[in-house]
Amino acid sequence: MTTATATGRTATGRTATSPPKPGRRKPMKSPYPTWFFIPAGVFYVVLFLVPTIASFYFSLTRWTLFDVEFIGFDNFIRFFQEPQLVTGFINTFIYAFLTSGAKVVFGLLFGVLLSSQIIGRGFLRATIFFPVLVSTIGVGILFKVLMDPFDGPINESLAVLGIEGPAWLTDPSIALLSVALVDIWKGVGLATLIYIAGMVAIPQEYYEAAKVDGAGAWNNFRHITLPLLRPATVTVVLLSLIGGLRSFDLIWAMTGGGPGFTSDVLASVIYKQYQAGFFGLSTAGNVVLFLVVAAIIFPLSWWLNRKEADQ
Amino acid sequence: MVPRTTRRSIVALGAGGLALSLALAGCSAGDSDSDGGAVELSFLVDNGESTVSTAEALAEAFHEENPDITITVETRPQGADGDNVVKTRLATGEMADLFQYNSGSLLQALNPDQTLVNIADEAYVDKLDENFIKSVATDNGVYGVPMGQSMAGAMLYNKDIYADLGLEIPESWDDFIANSEAIKEAGVAAPIVQTYGDTWTSQLFVLGDFNNVLAENPDWAEEYTNNEAKYVDQPAFAGFEHLQEAYEAGLFNEDFASATYADGVSMVATGEGAHYPMLTFAASQLATTNPEATDTVGSFPIPGDDASTFGLTVWMPTYTVFVPQSTEGEKLDAAKQFLEFLTTPEACDIQSEANAPQGPFVVEGCELPDDVPAMVSDLQEYFDAGQTNLALEFLSPIKGPALEQITVAVGSGITSAADGAAQYDEDVKKQAQQLGIEGW
Repeated sequence: MTTATATGRTATGRTATSPPKPGRRKPMKSPYPTWFFIPAGVFYVVLFLVPTIASFYFSLTRWTLFDVEFIGFDNFIRFFQEPQLVTGFINTFIYAFLTSGAKVVFGLLFGVLLSSQIIGRGFLRATIFFPVLVSTIGVGILFKVLMDPFDGPINESLAVLGIEGPAWLTDPSIALLSVALVDIWKGVGLATLIYIAGMVAIPQEYYEAAKVDGAGAWNNFRHITLPLLRPATVTVVLLSLIGGLRSFDLIWAMTGGGPGFTSDVLASVIYKQYQAGFFGLSTAGNVVLFLVVAAIIFPLSWWLNRKEADQ
Repeated sequence: MVPRTTRRSIVALGAGGLALSLALAGCSAGDSDSDGGAVELSFLVDNGESTVSTAEALAEAFHEENPDITITVETRPQGADGDNVVKTRLATGEMADLFQYNSGSLLQALNPDQTLVNIADEAYVDKLDENFIKSVATDNGVYGVPMGQSMAGAMLYNKDIYADLGLEIPESWDDFIANSEAIKEAGVAAPIVQTYGDTWTSQLFVLGDFNNVLAENPDWAEEYTNNEAKYVDQPAFAGFEHLQEAYEAGLFNEDFASATYADGVSMVATGEGAHYPMLTFAASQLATTNPEATDTVGSFPIPGDDASTFGLTVWMPTYTVFVPQSTEGEKLDAAKQFLEFLTTPEACDIQSEANAPQGPFVVEGCELPDDVPAMVSDLQEYFDAGQTNLALEFLSPIKGPALEQITVAVGSGITSAADGAAQYDEDVKKQAQQLGIEGW
């Protein structure tokens, strides 16, 4: 602690606000020498920057891990000719927007519920957050068993009620939706947590003032809670949308992109190409995924944050 | 004050450097662990129950003969995930000292000339079947030794159902469909079992039909490799067509979309299903799950349109043992000794014992035991009559990786046979380009 104050005194805000000394020290300079950044910088360059740049290069090659042959944009042309790719693209968007939207709605509802004074609140909060902590692959395998069309517990329970359950994961028209459903179940806990944190941060004075003005529960929610939760909503939307766009593990564990190619998303198409040994092609796919995610998230983030700043 | 700051930054830098050197050290760990005369070899096999038990039995017998060589069996996943492990470990030079992998086109994708030890000059190679050598060779060398027998892509069938309904083994596709319809009408069993819970099982209608393709055009494999013959055209299109026809006729088991390979084998064994197009390595699965049915489940070739060319499509042993180039020195000598051991009748007997045989051996001097399962003994007459052809994957280095998804889509009625065949041709093209084959 003494060291901290000692170093702090040499070059932090306090010296910065005082008249600049003659010599090399300039105001607002970082308290740490630049070479403090070298260890982190080395890791960043070696583990992130170099592979990123290398992947742009390898996406332009036919690459077997042993040989590299430069082939220009052929990989991208081939990638866009993939029969699965069109389905993959559409599915990615359906999956991302569906899960993201549902997490916002349900996260908000659960957030409101779990920040009110109800019995067993702590327990309920823990319960809803629990699926977030479980391994995604584990959840996928578990639900694959639960959703088995013939002897899965879900359809057996429905049969008791006299309902014939659908072939959740093997019916081409609903396989993707079944996976999305599980994704929502698994991810809604995190959204709820973010909303609870956002709600706790809203000062009670607003509600008291509104109460004086005679506002009811709905008006409280509509005109105080909802607008002031905007930052939380932005976070939930961005996180779940990015997660949804590059979602892979749950889909792979539950359907493997099947039946056929009907529940393939961008990430699973890329993975299958990697598995098949088309390293250049799958790197090109990753570059495409990177660009797609960036093209959606950057404008969206800018738009959401601008709205926030306007208020 | 000044010395304090300096010391802290030195610690920070030191910690960073230490972490980095640890990371680098991680890459080279596990290279040197030999001491004196004793050699320890690692042997990577897939995690299939029968593969592991066979590999362990062989390793043990080998250790008894050569007490100073110990072989430790390691496992990897099966299927495409396992391919990943093998390719990545080979590429990074981190492969086990010995490993089991497929022969044929899958082997070609490993770039054997650059990654595996060439054993063409070893004396024991002469004991191997000529067709087998073709399946583990490139223009520059021979690379593997079999662990297991050859097998066939055949139609497994329940003999009791055939006997009860008085059916005969169909020699043409039309007869086969007629038999299936009769079984459907009798309502005793699902006429044809399909198990898309394990997608790879969906390929047999196409891959197992190859004898019929070659019967029609003996040069098909070569033309295919040269980008001349395509799956959208007959005779190869028939495989896709048959799959679609069987689906549309409603001949599949009710749970075809979610059933697994193990379910499929059990269904034929218990009589819930009548036919199951499968490789005869199913004999080992059958011996594990339904040992009482080894005489009930028989096999016949997958019939084509022409009864006169009725014959088997044969696979060379899928379990083949290779030595990567990263194995050197005394380990390499020990590894070669193990390969030689695999070509002895003694090793063959251990394999027959550890695992139900799935077809004839491809090693000179090796004989099958007398009590082989019916599904294997049924094959013998076709081998004796010479009514066999090698599967495409042993005649051409190109096999498209997406075939299993495409055949699932065709077999589930999602894609038509014509579209599926066209998709597969594209897939093949991609693979050929990746392999750098001329003319694509």
